[in-house]
Amino acid sequence: MTTNNKTSKGVLVDLTRCIGCRGCQIACKSWNERSTKDTVMSGVFTNPPKLNSETYTHINYIEQPQDSGQAWHFVKDQCMHCKDPACVSACPVNALEKTSTGPVVYHYSRCIGCRYCMIACPFQIPKYEWEKALTPWVQKCTFCSERIANELVPACIKVCPTQVMHYGTLEEVLREAKKRQQDSPGRYHDRIYGEKEAGGTAWVYLSSVPFEQLGFNVNIPDVQLPSLTWASLNKIPATVGGFVVALSLIAWFRNRGSKGEQSAQGKEK
Amino acid sequence: MATVKEYYQSQPRGMKILFALVGIGLLTILVRLATGLGATTNLSDDVPWGLWIAVDVLCGVALAAGGFSVAAAVYIFNMKKYRPIVRPAVLTAFIGYLVVVFGLFVDIGKPFSFWHPLVMWNYHSIMFEIVWCITLYTAVLALEFAPAFLERFKWEKTLNVLKKFIYPLVIAGIVLSYLHQSSLGALFLIVPQKLNHLWYSPIIPQLFFLSAIALGLAMVSLESIMGSRVFKREYEMGILQGLTKGVAIVLAIYLVVKIADLAVRGSLPLVFTSGAASFFFITEMLVGVLIPLALFARKQTRESVNGILTASSFVIVGIVMNRFNANFFTQAGTGTFYFPAILEFLVTIGLISLAILLYRLAVTYLPVFPEAERT
Ligand code: SF4
Ligand code: SF4
Repeated sequence: MTTNNKTSKGVLVDLTRCIGCRGCQIACKSWNERSTKDTVMSGVFTNPPKLNSETYTHINYIEQPQDSGQAWHFVKDQCMHCKDPACVSACPVNALEKTSTGPVVYHYSRCIGCRYCMIACPFQIPKYEWEKALTPWVQKCTFCSERIANELVPACIKVCPTQVMHYGTLEEVLREAKKRQQDSPGRYHDRIYGEKEAGGTAWVYLSSVPFEQLGFNVNIPDVQLPSLTWASLNKIPATVGGFVVALSLIAWFRNRGSKGEQSAQGKEK
Repeated sequence: MATVKEYYQSQPRGMKILFALVGIGLLTILVRLATGLGATTNLSDDVPWGLWIAVDVLCGVALAAGGFSVAAAVYIFNMKKYRPIVRPAVLTAFIGYLVVVFGLFVDIGKPFSFWHPLVMWNYHSIMFEIVWCITLYTAVLALEFAPAFLERFKWEKTLNVLKKFIYPLVIAGIVLSYLHQSSLGALFLIVPQKLNHLWYSPIIPQLFFLSAIALGLAMVSLESIMGSRVFKREYEMGILQGLTKGVAIVLAIYLVVKIADLAVRGSLPLVFTSGAASFFFITEMLVGVLIPLALFARKQTRESVNGILTASSFVIVGIVMNRFNANFFTQAGTGTFYFPAILEFLVTIGLISLAILLYRLAVTYLPVFPEAERT
């Protein structure tokens, strides 16, 4: 199910360029017609404090003590549009779909609301409309799939004043990330977050500091997560066959000679 | 014919309480349908699976494992001794599954789309496998239990047709149970970085299956004892001791596999180094496996009804804890603390009461315990 780096679009998020203006957050809301939620003071510098069903992308403010005083880091959050997404494999009804151009999109009319996608996603991305009584939907970044289909860049990328995001085919995006690392030695931490995580994602990050300091989960294995459940699912036919044969043989062997007795017992009951 | 009111008044206190709890539970379910999950539960984006998934689904299914285990013993392995408990065990499983279906209906965000997985197929999804297992196995259980109804209403012809298919039915039931019990474990295969490796393992599906058998058999013992008490029948010591032996053997296998699995993956140190997870893991293993095994090892336990009752209860509580832990620690990473809302408890308590009530009604009005019928 993995998409091809040549056909898939990708985005490089260069965190060293972000000034924390949150224009992307607003552009996303306006393009996707997202509303707001009641929030309370939560001790962090942004509001809402994290992604929710009305907020597909969000800038995290991270304050870091340094020798020369404080350093601020701004981290854009949104769906990573994994190449082989855990959420897509988890969904029983194909409500989530990985498109060949990169976006992972959601078909609300199929969804049953089991929320297994939320459990499965390694990046804690899908959010739920808990407040709705009977037709809550899963909500997450769409990678502006309609814009992409019409050859427009995603809304957040279009609006960003400092060109934090570099948009192109995933192949080209990864090349650009490596090029930046080579061209400016010392500016970047050597990891490209998303290059390998969960088998690779269409959105990848560059940062000046190790990613764990910015709240990224660095424990996500490099394997394509759906392969882990598929290893169990693909054994079903053999298991069923094996069980049926083995049980039939045992039943025949253990019950041989007691046929008459069985039916006699059956009648008596 | 007695009116509903007279019927209710003629019932013992315990039954009245059950009726009340079921009523409250059903009302709460109406509230949930009217107002949504956000208003009725403490679930959130950080903890999307709570009490209902843990108890109503993960535990409900596991508790039903007695049904296929006993059916396998009697029909496949021809252990005739256990024939009298086939029906109660199948009944438990059937009711268990009805409750699971009901619980899932309440828990999923769009209850009236529950049928989607039957027509929209993603065979890459464990959840898809689970929905199919529930559907098919509930049907198989209905057919396995149908003879009780057919005998009661004397539909001899249908009964005889059904009896011809008992072996295929039992085999289908075992296969579906294996798939279903193991798929509940397989749900967690996709979260290697979330679930602590005390529980996470490539063989978590098989571990779920093994522990479900122990739990299921312990449940059958418990029911058999309770049944004897309520209906003032003799204890079926032969059967109870056999079941107990079964539970002990399965638990011993589970223990060995569990330790070997931890050792092979180099995860044994986690038993002591994972903080809260270690504490819950050790508690679960003590309550569900080690204490019962120690109890079963003593002759006094195996020969006394109370001993069997105590040890079986430990098994049930311990393995229920295991399901809770797997669900809870998968979602612990976000640091959000989840404790179920009162309404969540009311639904779960209502569903459990419904199960007991249905069981009680079935054993009263249908030929579930064969000998009791004959006397
Ligand atoms: S980040 Fe999560 S929601 Fe987005 S595609 Fe990957 S698994 Fe799905
Ligand atoms: S909540 Fe909806 S989208 Fe998510 S896995 Fe379940 S059915 Fe699929």
